[in-house]
Amino acid sequence: MSSKFIKTLGALVTGLMLVFGASTVRAADSSAPIVIPTHNWSSQVVMAYVIGGIFESMGNNVEYVSADTQAVYESIRQGDVTISHEVWQSTFGASFYAAMAKGGIIDAGTHAAKTLEEVGVPQWVIDENLCPGLPNWEALKNCKDVFATPDSGGKGRILEGPQSWHGQEYPDRVEALLGDDYVVKFAGGADALWAELAAAKKEGRGTIIFNWTPNFTDADGFVFIEWPPYYLGCRKQDGGDSKCGSPIGWLKKAANYKFPKTHPAAYTMFSRLSFNAGQIGQMAALVDIDGMTHEDAAKKWLADNEDVWKPFIGKGM
Amino acid sequence: MCCLAAGLERKIGIDSRIMNQLTNHPKLIQFIGLLVIFSLLCFFIAPSETNVLWRFPSLLAGLPYLINDSVEYLMFDWWPIQVYDPEIEEFEEKPLILQVTRAISASILFLIGLIREIILGGFKTIVTFTSWDFVSENKWARWPALPWTVVAGGAILLGYKLQGKGLAMLAGFSTIYLAVFGQWEPSMQTLSFVLFAAPVSFILGLTLGIWAYKNRNVELTLNPFLNVMQIMPHFSYLVPVMVFFGIGDHAGAIATIIFATPPMVRLTVLGLKRVSPEVLEAGMMSGCSNFQLMYKVLIPTARRDLLIGVNQVIMQCLAMAVIASFIGAKGLGFNLLLSLNGLRIGEAIEQGICIVLIAVVLDRLSLAWANKKTDYFAELTFIKRHKYSLLFLVILVAGSVLAYVGTFIFREGYNYLYIVPHNKGITIKDTLQNGVDWIWDTFFFALKGFNVFLIQEILMPMKAAYLSMPVAATLVLTMGVGYIIGGIRSAAIVGGFILFIALTEWWDRALITMYLMSFAVIVASIIGVTVGTLCAQNAYTAKFILLVCDTFQTFPSFIYLIPVIMLFGVTDTSVCIAVIVYATVPATRYTVEGLRSVSPDLHDAGSMSGVNRLQRWIKIELPMSFPHMALGVNQTVVFALSMVIIGAMIGTDDLGQYILKALSDKNGTGNGLTLGLCVAFIGLAVDQVIRTWANERKKVLGLA
Repeated sequence: MSSKFIKTLGALVTGLMLVFGASTVRAADSSAPIVIPTHNWSSQVVMAYVIGGIFESMGNNVEYVSADTQAVYESIRQGDVTISHEVWQSTFGASFYAAMAKGGIIDAGTHAAKTLEEVGVPQWVIDENLCPGLPNWEALKNCKDVFATPDSGGKGRILEGPQSWHGQEYPDRVEALLGDDYVVKFAGGADALWAELAAAKKEGRGTIIFNWTPNFTDADGFVFIEWPPYYLGCRKQDGGDSKCGSPIGWLKKAANYKFPKTHPAAYTMFSRLSFNAGQIGQMAALVDIDGMTHEDAAKKWLADNEDVWKPFIGKGM
Repeated sequence: MCCLAAGLERKIGIDSRIMNQLTNHPKLIQFIGLLVIFSLLCFFIAPSETNVLWRFPSLLAGLPYLINDSVEYLMFDWWPIQVYDPEIEEFEEKPLILQVTRAISASILFLIGLIREIILGGFKTIVTFTSWDFVSENKWARWPALPWTVVAGGAILLGYKLQGKGLAMLAGFSTIYLAVFGQWEPSMQTLSFVLFAAPVSFILGLTLGIWAYKNRNVELTLNPFLNVMQIMPHFSYLVPVMVFFGIGDHAGAIATIIFATPPMVRLTVLGLKRVSPEVLEAGMMSGCSNFQLMYKVLIPTARRDLLIGVNQVIMQCLAMAVIASFIGAKGLGFNLLLSLNGLRIGEAIEQGICIVLIAVVLDRLSLAWANKKTDYFAELTFIKRHKYSLLFLVILVAGSVLAYVGTFIFREGYNYLYIVPHNKGITIKDTLQNGVDWIWDTFFFALKGFNVFLIQEILMPMKAAYLSMPVAATLVLTMGVGYIIGGIRSAAIVGGFILFIALTEWWDRALITMYLMSFAVIVASIIGVTVGTLCAQNAYTAKFILLVCDTFQTFPSFIYLIPVIMLFGVTDTSVCIAVIVYATVPATRYTVEGLRSVSPDLHDAGSMSGVNRLQRWIKIELPMSFPHMALGVNQTVVFALSMVIIGAMIGTDDLGQYILKALSDKNGTGNGLTLGLCVAFIGLAVDQVIRTWANERKKVLGLA
């Protein structure tokens, strides 16, 4: 089996794939597009366009594809998607590392922003002292009635995000810490969470929903419940007893393993890129509060914040 | 049975009139007996996890893993080949199947891109034939977009050609709406997606249909697949498609094609079978070859049925527009999902209207095409024959000139005569949002009261009742119903379906799905039959309500989720109401059609025997149209099932929730497919019973 034959076969297959022509001369970066995924929340989509804009300012081609938040890591591994710029520790950490273990995805650094993904109550629950002792979790033991709903059978209800976000984590935790007094209900999507928030506000009643920060709900005030602190391995799926809350998490970036080779300049920028919570909040606010489109919001943010993102490209250090 | 009845009579001395009723209706006794057995089983089987009769052991729990491992092996391990990657100038070992499916993906993506760029402009197509480097260096190498005025003009012209002024106006209004409201780009992205998926589904469906028509074995083999595919929820296809083909517009298109092809196959077979033998013989007598017989005789004769199939295909494609965006399809569907996730209801409604408009226009256009008769004898001059093509050319030139002029008018910013950029048009989303807020503000507490009542008094008890059924009792009940109605064969089929579900680990979830479905079906059927009956009394109201049904049926199912989630929150009420609204349509339609199809002779015969209006309805119309109405209920079940699963987007704890979860699961393929089968089997079990019953009734009534 000569290597020539293999080469021919390889060339044939690539030809079949209609890959974008054979570029033999390579300048700094390949001109093949960098595929950026868009998910279904504002800050992520705006940041996709912001990062895309930075890539484009460097002369790269960019493409956007809408993708499922969990499945995207498998797509990055396969090369269907090039990067992911918001890997939330608590929600996506497992999928990210699962894909990494299979090979094909690399850790491209961490944002400055610290994240928290946790269940909590809206500010008015604290202000009106509906459940004395909150945000400490032990307070919940005495006020299951405050959080009961018609379909919860007299128990307090905790509205979790879709089951795909954390699987059995919250049911496990609630069972371990609060026993039979509370039930966890899975919502179908983020919209359901916000609808519940709006309805609870209208009635001035208490509600516990899953939420995260930075998020647009930060503006109205949202208080996360303080569970016993997280430590590695405390969750049931990691062999623990689930008597712990979520960690103050990192927000990472991921990339396909070929990205540094095909687009060295773009990758360098991407690995250096880091946003803090305030900046992510600004991006989300342009859409959620000012009502701009995601593309326009990204353009405006890029125009207003050149001093922030220009250094990411900078030559040398 | 009658002996038993006689025994009963003597023993307990039941009133002889009731006894007569019973002996005249032997099935009634059987049903009563079945219910007694069912209740006894429910009473005596102890609800404990260790009791096999309470919940069967999940013998099929390994099935998803088996499917998954096979798929994984096929996709990622089987037959590795060396592939050269020019990007990193290295050889890589890649499995064969993955390369093949990625090649298919790339070709589909190319075609969708081509259609998209014809309408919206771009450079991807040029990239395919040259390279990214070429396009980056030569900024002129861009395909221009069709100005929106040209597309609008083309739509008006097509409407006029196919039907006349009315349709032309509808097409014109809709396209202009899309442009003016700044939804042009996403709308055309969605349209280009449909313009790819629909023809492929059509050709695929036609080919399979012809094959099935010619070969009885093929038809028999295809039938169960078609049955399952038509009831299987859309979500459950998405995972395997994603594994095989990756994510993007192509994946969305493939999922759509899988979903849209079955009705086309059905209608092809139906249409070809309906061609009268005389036509066929005439063809043979004129010496047609097999090929000629098919393409010159059969297909033109069955043209109308085939074009109705095209209509169905287009509708299915649009119904998938939102769902396909889960695996990467761009366009209105994705934007709608995004708005919903931020609870920007006004914006979501605005985007929903666009999908509905596209759906209605395409529906009307394809129906008009189906109903248009070809004039085989007209002798036309070149100009007359190509009148519309020439007119379109004029529109193209005029539109381009207009767009060019536009560059002088709108020197700064956007050229509105070329393409109205996304969200730069006028918008009524704030008004819509205010409207929604107003409804919410005004009716909040009334709705809340209703919601609490419904949940506490009806839904929760019903759910509890379903969950407290021992699996053995459920199996006996369903098989018994199958036996009474369709004999041993139906009993076996229904039993097989239910047993499959009972042996998976999702039996409780399936019970919840059944509870949601049956509640919705009962309410939808009551509403549908009532409204249908009232409207069927008069030719005009009947026509009107059918039009309303048509319009509602074109709405993609997702649209129904928007208002309910706002009004009723994350509850089963929301899901039920969305399902009821969606599922009432077929119940109404079939009722109207059934009642209207009762022949006037029967009405006259009834009137002569001196029945009044009510008697006529109860004694003549209702029994005569009952079989057709039953088929309506059957459709209602199918609609309700599909919507219950989509209800997972609101938040349910039934099979749908798990299907949704499978989208991002490691074992997603296996779980998704198995769960999808469970849902399909619920529908097929109901279908088996109702269809058998309806067919028998039809025979008895001399309708079949």
